[in-house]
Amino acid sequence: MKGNRVKGFFKKFYLYRVFLVMLLPAVLYTLIFSYYPMTGIVLAFKKYNYNGGIWGSPWNGLENFEFFFSSGQAGLVTRNTVLYNIVFIILNAVVQIAVAILLTELTSKVYRKVTQSLMFLPYFISWVIVGIMAFNIFSSDYGFMNNIITALGGEKVLFYTTPEIWPFIIVFFNLWKNIGYGSVMYLAAIMGIDTSIYEAATIDGANVFQRIFHVTIPMIMPTTVILLLLSVGGIFKGNFDLFYNLVGSNGLLYNLTDVIDTLTFRALISSNNFGMASAIGLYQSLLCFITVVAVNKLVSLYDKDYTLF
Amino acid sequence: MTALRHKRKMSGDVFVLNLIAYTFCGLVALLCLVPFIIIVSSSLSSEEAVLQNGFSLLPQDFSLQAYETVFREPMVVFRAYATTILLTLAGTVLGLLLQTMTAYVLSRKAFTWRHAFSFFFYFTTLFSGGLVPYYLLITTTLHLRDNYLALLLPLLFSVYNLLIMKSYIMGIPDSLIEAAKIDGCGEFRILFQIVVPLIKPALATVGLFIALAYWNDWYNAMLYIKDENKYPLQYFLYQQINDIEAYKKLISSGNVSSSVISSVSLPTQTLKMALTVVVTGPIVLAYPFVQKYFVQGITIGAVKE
Repeated sequence: MKGNRVKGFFKKFYLYRVFLVMLLPAVLYTLIFSYYPMTGIVLAFKKYNYNGGIWGSPWNGLENFEFFFSSGQAGLVTRNTVLYNIVFIILNAVVQIAVAILLTELTSKVYRKVTQSLMFLPYFISWVIVGIMAFNIFSSDYGFMNNIITALGGEKVLFYTTPEIWPFIIVFFNLWKNIGYGSVMYLAAIMGIDTSIYEAATIDGANVFQRIFHVTIPMIMPTTVILLLLSVGGIFKGNFDLFYNLVGSNGLLYNLTDVIDTLTFRALISSNNFGMASAIGLYQSLLCFITVVAVNKLVSLYDKDYTLF
Repeated sequence: MTALRHKRKMSGDVFVLNLIAYTFCGLVALLCLVPFIIIVSSSLSSEEAVLQNGFSLLPQDFSLQAYETVFREPMVVFRAYATTILLTLAGTVLGLLLQTMTAYVLSRKAFTWRHAFSFFFYFTTLFSGGLVPYYLLITTTLHLRDNYLALLLPLLFSVYNLLIMKSYIMGIPDSLIEAAKIDGCGEFRILFQIVVPLIKPALATVGLFIALAYWNDWYNAMLYIKDENKYPLQYFLYQQINDIEAYKKLISSGNVSSSVISSVSLPTQTLKMALTVVVTGPIVLAYPFVQKYFVQGITIGAVKE
């Protein structure tokens, strides 16, 4: 029996040889760049030194984690990461849906094309450039915003030393960069709605607003729920590009702007604390893994077709 | 819907909705555009005017001084450009090849191990070793610090693109592939002579996703590249901006000897903007032509196989 199975395996292996050759580059790539680094999580339990490397460095138990948690940073960056992501998810969805609905209501095709294209523009530029734009607008000396404020007779605001303002700025730019890209998904969902439903609603005397709130929105709900759930899977992932380019190494703002990813980066690059950086990384990977699995479970309860695995 | 509306007379509710839709979409589009306008206008202003009045929507005291400064040493910008263009080309071609080949095998029903392999790839999006092991892999295990491969390899393969590609290839009728098989075509021939010509839109879409990722990458350069001559475009810009800021602080804190100050009639704020325009220009000019492929990709990506 067992011999047969082994024989069957080799038979298939031979049968599939061309497929396997085609898969080989991607498999090797994934083994080297994804699976091999997974073994590196042992570093989270070690005191890293350059000579010992990943395997030769001495163990130090949970010291890296203790340092991370007792310093109070764990709570701070986890709170920031989760809160930012919750706001991003909700606000992005609401605005992107509004944009998608209103774009489809535009009667002028040219106007729709032009506005939609402009909304898509921010998606194509790098976060480095977004960081520069933020400086243009919020710099205390030359910023566009302060120009407006002083022109209206107000006092200059020192944005880069006022932490409370940054959550708004960060949320704004995240929204700004994703508005066109994100609304495309909802546009597709709206295009997929059967027009006879609208006709029926009109015959029943529904006005355009009733049609939006009682036909369009309920009809795109399935898409919305799926997209929301999928984004909840990444709730412990901080968008490093966004936070690093807007805030940089401005320590004044960290309390309200530091996320798990920026802290990991600083622990690694600025303080060369490989142990703690790996501990934070492992902490984040585990949280992400648990949420994705949980979210997938929820999605499968909602609609089996959309589960990821 | 529009046909319906034409039949009816423009009633009150339609008018209000139109008003809201036109205003809202127009405002959002304007908000998306304004930061770009500020950059372009400031880059065309004179340094004195910007230092005096700040950044504005229209060029103040029109001047090309900032651009003259950028191109005073054109080789520096061109080198960064060349690096990014070559990386983008190489990465897109290799990435497409890798992703198409893999997606093809994973979509072949005759390959009964495809589910196991799909999970092998998919699992990497669920769990990762994090930044540190990856960093050590590139720097100490593979010794790729200051090597262009450190910029090429990390972005070469993505499971997300693989899924897009796979769902496109799954759309090809199986009978077509089986027929080719019966005619004696090998798998490589089926892939390159039958499948590839049929999925040109997918190649354009995924290719542009990959190209954009390479073009906008600065992160890998920040981690792995210390040699200024090897900076790709975005990181070059990032460094230049930081250098200019640091320089400005040095001057304002009085730590620079007067002889240096006298030679510093160099624009700083407008120079930053001109650099940004030079770096961003091509992508902004190209995007109207490539936008539709991205739209396709996003909608396909949503329909998971």
